[in-house]
This record gives sequence, C-alpha cells and structure tokens, in this order.
Amino acid sequence: MTVNGSARQRALTVSLLQRADLWRQAERRARRLARGRSDDAADATHLADDYRLLAHDLARVRTLMPDSRTREYLEAAYARAHATLHHGAWRIGSALLSLFREEIPAVVRWLRPYILWSTAIFALAVIGGYALVQRYPELIALFASPDLIASVERGQLWTEGLLNIVPSSVLSVQILANNIVVTLFAYCAGFLFGLGTLYILGLNGLMLGAVFAFVSLHGLRAQLVGFIVAHGCVELSVMCLSGAAGAAVGEALIRPAQAGRIESFRVAALRSGKLLIACALLLVGAGILEGYVSPDPRVPLWARSALGAGYWLFMAALLSGWLFGRRAPRAPA
Amino acid sequence: MSEVAPGLTVDSVTGIDVSLPVAGPGARAYAFLVDWHIRVILALGWFVLGALLHNGRFTLAAPLTNDARWFGAVVAPALAIYFLYHHAVELVMRGSTPGKRMAGVRIVARDGGAPSAGALLTRNVFRLVDSLPLFYGVGLITVVLTREHLRIGDMAAGTLLVFEHADARLPTRAGEAHRAGRLDATGAEIVAELLERWPALAPEARVRLARQVLTRYGGESGESAESGESGDDDAAWRTRLERLARPGQG
Repeated sequence: MTVNGSARQRALTVSLLQRADLWRQAERRARRLARGRSDDAADATHLADDYRLLAHDLARVRTLMPDSRTREYLEAAYARAHATLHHGAWRIGSALLSLFREEIPAVVRWLRPYILWSTAIFALAVIGGYALVQRYPELIALFASPDLIASVERGQLWTEGLLNIVPSSVLSVQILANNIVVTLFAYCAGFLFGLGTLYILGLNGLMLGAVFAFVSLHGLRAQLVGFIVAHGCVELSVMCLSGAAGAAVGEALIRPAQAGRIESFRVAALRSGKLLIACALLLVGAGILEGYVSPDPRVPLWARSALGAGYWLFMAALLSGWLFGRRAPRAPA
Repeated sequence: MSEVAPGLTVDSVTGIDVSLPVAGPGARAYAFLVDWHIRVILALGWFVLGALLHNGRFTLAAPLTNDARWFGAVVAPALAIYFLYHHAVELVMRGSTPGKRMAGVRIVARDGGAPSAGALLTRNVFRLVDSLPLFYGVGLITVVLTREHLRIGDMAAGTLLVFEHADARLPTRAGEAHRAGRLDATGAEIVAELLERWPALAPEARVRLARQVLTRYGGESGESAESGESGDDDAAWRTRLERLARPGQG
C-alpha cells in the first residue's frame, strides 16, 4: 500500500514536471499581454486556458512539492496570469485620462460638503484675522515678517520692485514649490484626526486677513488686491480644496465608516488623495502667474482680473472633468 | 518553529487562491537605497552637465547675479528629477522602479493587480508624512510594526509591496532527474540546479556541493562520496551527478 502510494506520487510528479514547457509558454503569454504587446484576440483568449492550467498544476505542486523552485515559479506565473486576466494591460495614457475625466470629478462631488466647510472655516479665519489687526494693529507682528511690516509702514507694498531682485522664473519656482508643499501638508495633516488641516487652514486664513487689515490701515488695499487677483483666486481655492481632502481623511479616522479606522482611513485617503494631483498642477499655473504677471507693473488691473477669472474657470472645468470630455449625464426623458 | 511570512492572498474563480509574499523592511530599504542612489546620480549628473554648459568653462559655481536661465535650466530640473523620481517612474513602470526590480519587489493593489495611477500618486504624496522627522522615521516605524509591513502611504493608497519572483526559473532537467527514479522531486531539483549552475561555480565549490548531494541523494556513504572517481577532478563529479539525474541509469 505504501509502495503504491509512493509510486503514484512519483508518477504524478513526473507527469507534472513534464508540463514545464506549457508553464513557460503561459508565463510568457501573460507577460506579453500585460505589457499590451499583442493585439491577437486568439492569444488573449488562450490566456484563460493558461490560467486554468496553471491553477490546476499549482494546486498539485503545492501538495507534491511544497518547498521547491517549481512551486515558486508556478506561484509567480499564476499571479501574473491572474493579474493580466483580471486587470488587463497597463496603459499610462488611458490611466491618466480616466483619472482626470472620471475619478477626480467623482472625488470633487464626494467632497462637496467638506469643501463648503473648509471654505467657511478659511473665510472665518480671514475675517477673524482682519478684525483682530484692524482693532489691534500691533498684533500684525504675530503674522507678518518685520521686513513686510516696515515696507508697508513706508507706504510701499513688499511686492513692488520684486522683479528687480528676483527674476520671474526663480520667483515662480520658489512660489509654486512652497505652495505645493503647504497644500500637501494641509492634506497630509488630516492624518492627525483632521486637527493639522484645521490648524493650517486657520493659520493661513488668519495671516491673509491680518495682512489685508494692515495694508488697508496704510491705504494699500487696492494695490494688494491688484497683486493677488491674477493668481490668488485659484491659489486660495486650492487651499480650501486640499483642506477639504484633509478634513475627509480626518473624519474617516474620527468616525470610521468602514469596519476599522485603518480601513476607513485607507478608503478616504485613496479617494481624496487624487484631488491633490489636480491641486498640484493648478498651483504650477498659479506660481507662473505669481512670478510673471502679479509683480509686473505693466500688466493693467483689468487684464489681471480677466486672467484670474479665466484661470478659475479653467480650474472649474478641470475639476468637473469637462476639460477632458466628461459631460453631465442627462436625466431620462 | 518558523514563523509564516505574511502574504497577500487573493481569491480566484478557479478556487486556487493567488498567494503573494509581502516584502519586509529589509527588501523595502534595499529598494529605496538603490533608487535613492539612482535619483541622486541623475540629479547631480543633470546639475553638473547643465552647470558646465551654462558656464562654458570647467566650474560648477552659480552666477553671482540672479540668473533665470541658471535656475530654470540647471537647478529646477535637477530638483524635479530628485523629488518627482518615484512619482514618474512608478507610473511609467506600473508600480515598479529600478530599485524595486533589483530587490525583486513591486507595488500591487489589494486585489493583486497593478495599482491605479491615483493610488500610485497618493502613495507618493504621503512620503511627506512617512519621511518625518528624519530618514523616513515614521515610515520605518509603521513598516516594522504593521503585520503587512505598510508605511502610511501604502495604507492611504491601499497598496502593498510584494515579492515578484520575476526571475524565478524552472530547473530544466528536474523532470528528467525525477523520472530516473532515484530522486524525489526536491532532490531532482537540487541536482538539476547544481548541474545548471556548474559552469558558474568555483572548482572547490563544485566538488564540495557535489559531494554533499551525492552523499544525500546518491545512496553513497560519506566515505564513498569522499573517494571520488578522480579525487578532486570536477569533471568526474559532474559525470556522477549526471548519471544520477539521467533516466534509465537508476
């Protein structure tokens, strides 16, 4: 009985190992199709047969040769065939198009209440900062640098003559890099149960309000509006968007909707994180405007306003997916 | 008792689950270090080449005045290469990088497939948190403490780093050796692999390994394996191994 069992096992193993060429062919086909290097329908159909073959043989190898290189090879080949069959070829173009046309607009729709709340918090912080410094001007020292304060007290915005000191390209890169880092931090700080995001939104709002109040006290409000109108519409909107994404992550940790906090965090972060990609791209454009247009005294106010409004509309088109051909579904007649 | 390595198990319609072994802190660190060197070399290479071309002489010194061309063509691209390396390369290579390839690992989604573009980018956004306060401190702690060795970026993006075994090969002669009847499947693999690797091994390593294999699988006592047909002549050892693996010679 023992001899028969052993002989049977040996025969099974031999017959299995004789199929090595079939496994190699299956592995090569899966690799080829995963790279999208075949348009042959028969080739693709054959993968389903390969998948069954590999599954069948892997099950036997797991029993007959559990600690072998053959098993290692078959596990890898089976995993590759599974991924290719269920996920298809990777095409970076279509992945990015799907991201911008479908996924990001869906995130924006999901985040609507968070966007409203973060905008409200930011606006309240701006009003708070404005009221504070208007009532107690000396408090501006908490929010602005001594150079900025000295410049405004001389009756001059700190942005005047900026291009004589720093070229536009350098200025743009410095600004966009700084803004992207702040935006990403506002989002990632949501990891601290949303408190970090709240802090960054509040602090930036307070600073903006305080500086506006301070320049208003010195009669420079119109100049400051002229300076920020081109880039500020999108820059401030992006700040609220990243705050909304961070708040969603924070809420997922405070009140998990899924089975556990980690799972809830994962779902919220994966959904909301996509918005940050659009935010980073928008900040590149805002940085270029802030480096080239905003400090240039030759650009009139109407042109700055048109640029600011136009860029904001571009942002709306990007976030709604309209820019990439997405149209709102029509209600059935 | 050995601890079972954590793995990602994905259900399949065939009833045979797909098993992907999860990479630990060592493989992650290895991949990161290789990638870090690549991006530093690329960024420095760009900077040095750009600076030499910009200056028109053999110096890397920055201009004394604020020069837009210097910043735009020399400094900014070098910084972009350094900071956007993972974002761009992981997108282009479907969740892999040269460092990950060398370490034999790749990024997968929880369903075992390639992660989406959004997941890859989200994973990299969270490097900001993982790299705090210094040298990926937060990321390293979470990788060590979590069962699936995840950093926060992986938790956020729903990704894992798994061993790929892209270079896994079948021992070509294992079937033959097993059919010969003398060897079990594992022994057949070992003999076949030793014969495959024979030309790449040093002579003393060949003899040592052949002696061990013959003692274990050749049915020879340690003494008879010791007294090889031609002492330390590795051709003789190879012949004995081939005889063991060949069908009809058992």
